[in-house]
Amino acid sequence: MTQPSHASLESARVTPGTHDGQRHGSLRGYLVGYVVAVVLTTASFLAAQTDALTPSSVVAAITVLAIAQMLVHLIFFLHISTSPHQRTNILAFAVTLLIVSMIVAGSLWIMAHLESNMMPGGQMPMQP
Amino acid sequence: MLQSVLDAHHIPAPHAAASERRGMTGFGFYLYLLSDCVLFATLFAAFAVLHRSVADGPTGQQLFDLRNAFIETACLLTSSVTCGMAMLACDRRDTRAAFGALAVTFLLGLVFLSMELKEFARMVSEGAGPSRSAFLSAFFTLVGTHGMHVTAGLVWLGVIVVQLRRKGFSEGVVRRMFCFSLFWHVIDVVWIAVFSFVYLIGSAS
Repeated sequence: MTQPSHASLESARVTPGTHDGQRHGSLRGYLVGYVVAVVLTTASFLAAQTDALTPSSVVAAITVLAIAQMLVHLIFFLHISTSPHQRTNILAFAVTLLIVSMIVAGSLWIMAHLESNMMPGGQMPMQP
Repeated sequence: MLQSVLDAHHIPAPHAAASERRGMTGFGFYLYLLSDCVLFATLFAAFAVLHRSVADGPTGQQLFDLRNAFIETACLLTSSVTCGMAMLACDRRDTRAAFGALAVTFLLGLVFLSMELKEFARMVSEGAGPSRSAFLSAFFTLVGTHGMHVTAGLVWLGVIVVQLRRKGFSEGVVRRMFCFSLFWHVIDVVWIAVFSFVYLIGSAS
């Protein structure tokens, strides 16, 4: 990530995906992001097929790798950064993250309670 | 009205014509993409709730082909990088490199889409269509919505290539290319969640 020049701070608003409102990242940035993403993707496909891990740690490993890879994409491809003139972008992103986690975690939480109240025995599969 | 908004952001007035329009459009498009992420979040939540409700039908473990998913992932990831290359070529106003990178992006997107459609066709022919179980309804809705985004992206990309040929790097074409690159990267981020939480965890457990 290159430091924003003084001139770019003058222009105040920077659209996500651009470093200084003019250029769209660097070749090096894309290639580094690509290599890291390939490593993370391969790792998560290997983790899914290995027998060395317990099922719950496989799920944990895949989740961590997925989040890491999303961050790599946001930083290297979408050029989201914490620089001061991207404050509006970060704020919008944070609100979206909050809504997304409320929808997913809330749905799972409510439906798990509903299921355990409906069917005594919780996870038992229904017998035909 | 607009001038007061611009003043509030300390945007120098002389710039406010052409270059600011791109900044505003880019920000608006970014907000649309974030709302698209919320749309996908609802579909992911539905899938997470329903993924065990297989109604004695086939499970993800029996249906998913990880080799297929890996090639799809590789296609989409590489196309995201070539899309970035197209933007770099756009910065240099290098028409030949931009056409090349956009063509590779288009082809990789097309390979992804045809592999996905083939997989859908195979599943439906095996009796594992969207009406088989709640799990499969959620699966086809989630992955199908992603596939529709890829389809829309390919149509958009085709339009951009034609416009680039006719108008060169005009202000409007550059703005559209930039919005497309944001769109394509976000579609790729959503795919990371799809292959991790649907395919990998689905076939591991």
